[in-house]
Amino acid sequence: MSDIATYNFAYLDEQTKRMIRRAILKGIAIPGYQVPFASREMPMPYGWGTGGVQVTAAIIGPEDVLKVIDQGADDTTNAVSIRAFFQKVADVAVTTETAKATIIQTRHRIPEYPLTEGQTLVYQVPIPEPLRFLEPRETETRKMHALEEYGLMHVKLYEDIARHGRIATTYAYPVKVEGRYVMDPSPTPKFDNPKMHMSPALQLFGAGREKRIYAVPPFTRVVSLDFEDHPFEIQTFDQPCALCGAAQVYLDEVILDDKGGHMFVCSDTDHCETRQACGHRGHLSPDILEPAQ
Amino acid sequence: MYVAVKGGEAAIANAHRLLADRRRGDRSVPSLRIEQIVEQLALGVDRVMSEGSLYDRELAALAIMQSRGDLIEAIFLVRAYRTTLPRFGYTRPIDTAAMQVERRVSATYKDLPGGQLLGATFDYTHRLLDPELATDAEVATPEQREGDGQRMARVSEILAHEGLIEADGELPEDHLTGDITREPLEFPMERDIRLQALSRGDEGFLLALGYSTQRGYGRSHPFVGEVRIGEVELELDVPELPFPISLGRIRVTECQMVNQFKGSAKAPPQFTRGYGLVFGQSERKAMAMSLCDRALRAGELGEDITAPAQDEEFVISHSDNVQATGFVEHLKLPHYVDFQAELDLVRRMRGEHEKRQATDQTETREAAE
Repeated sequence: MSDIATYNFAYLDEQTKRMIRRAILKGIAIPGYQVPFASREMPMPYGWGTGGVQVTAAIIGPEDVLKVIDQGADDTTNAVSIRAFFQKVADVAVTTETAKATIIQTRHRIPEYPLTEGQTLVYQVPIPEPLRFLEPRETETRKMHALEEYGLMHVKLYEDIARHGRIATTYAYPVKVEGRYVMDPSPTPKFDNPKMHMSPALQLFGAGREKRIYAVPPFTRVVSLDFEDHPFEIQTFDQPCALCGAAQVYLDEVILDDKGGHMFVCSDTDHCETRQACGHRGHLSPDILEPAQ
Repeated sequence: MYVAVKGGEAAIANAHRLLADRRRGDRSVPSLRIEQIVEQLALGVDRVMSEGSLYDRELAALAIMQSRGDLIEAIFLVRAYRTTLPRFGYTRPIDTAAMQVERRVSATYKDLPGGQLLGATFDYTHRLLDPELATDAEVATPEQREGDGQRMARVSEILAHEGLIEADGELPEDHLTGDITREPLEFPMERDIRLQALSRGDEGFLLALGYSTQRGYGRSHPFVGEVRIGEVELELDVPELPFPISLGRIRVTECQMVNQFKGSAKAPPQFTRGYGLVFGQSERKAMAMSLCDRALRAGELGEDITAPAQDEEFVISHSDNVQATGFVEHLKLPHYVDFQAELDLVRRMRGEHEKRQATDQTETREAAE
């Protein structure tokens, strides 16, 4: 039984890759439309990035340079695991530098460093249907998309404002793509939504368990839903990154002790490290606290 | 001082080494062998083959060993392997009337052609723990007789002569049987697709749903028409050959549930049927599956859909334990980016709430003075 398990380049067989590529092409042709595809069982659990992994496996070639992030960081365990998977089954070059990657697979963040033409951002998507929590039935939500019937979503956002004085959605904030489909940007914080708009990079979304692929081609309009009197706003932070001093980036709160002490640092670890390498310092940088002798 | 968490790679490698160690356990105890699992944990192997949708005892046993006996994990291992296998074709439908029957019981007839065969069953055993098993005592050889090779008519065929039970039903001539492992599920679905999904569905989930129909949530008045277990032949049509070739035999469990039906606008009063078929020996699963199949035919038969077991999207979307366990357990993954966003929102809303309460109190005090 030792010869039973041999695998193709990038794990999936070529027939499956073609099937996924067809779904991707259809998704690109109809921006924001969720294309059903015959998602495969992958060697990692559903809900752990199987959709993103299938998309990456279908588009990756031996020349590609892959970056994998989770929560913006290259060294979170699941990102490490997925990167190791592609190193093993596709033997591709990997990087942590956003600018050097041709394919970036991500969970929950869009890198701070602006993406460029020729790069592909692959999102891992848990629930692709933006209307799912308003209407649990797939048969209904597909109809609503077909008829462009998005009133329910606007009512939900309005009720948020009536009840809480603001739209109480902070991540997976719904967007409208190229003026047609309402789309779930995956659970990225709404801070990242503006980066999707007119991005020069190709954005692909894979939901393995829910068997859906969708896409935002380069230079496509992606508009976060809002109202004239309650325009869309992104999160702001009161202080810059404690390690690199970056402002206007998304920060993680790190608990320092059990007395409420905390600090804020870049969620995008590559961005933070690159800035520190260029000499930027935050107020808690090690060499500021302990100056070199 | 906060240091960015590095070393995820080393942590994962070490965790997996520890896992391998724990799997093996005390080295002074002999290691399990695959054939021991195949032979002595056969029903666990059957469940893994059935819900893993891959008929291979050795691979299923390997998966059970690798998963330390966690059957859902074993099913997952088997699924992830099967999905990479090439497809050579689809066999002809199996003929369960031609089954080499090892066990067959009917609850609707005292006796019927082919008879009742108890076979190897836990039924009527007294559930008393048997300490002798721990002593590796000799086990007596069972009584056996040669099969007679006769077809054993299925109970549905017997009832069909009276016209009181619905026929097998037919799909349009040009209908190609679906394949849930090659096409995305779409709702509403045809029965062939639904049965495939149920056959690989989680035993516990289907058991609970089937049970719920017995307790009144979508009641269907079921009788076990028959349950049969045995080996059937698999035949494949090869384009160059004028006859089908035999690929071998597999053991399956088939359940035909017969349900009373008072008739509706769509169908006359008659007995309707629910169907269950799984790899290996698993009566519980086959029976639960047939109850769910019948419940899910509510729409087709013009019944009111009032209970969870009758709701196709609800049942089929949640019956796959590999999907369910993955999504439930993914909550372990870091979510701190989203949690941060929610934290920020709750802090702001809390701030506004406190400010509002403070002004309310001041106003009340001023009004009182």
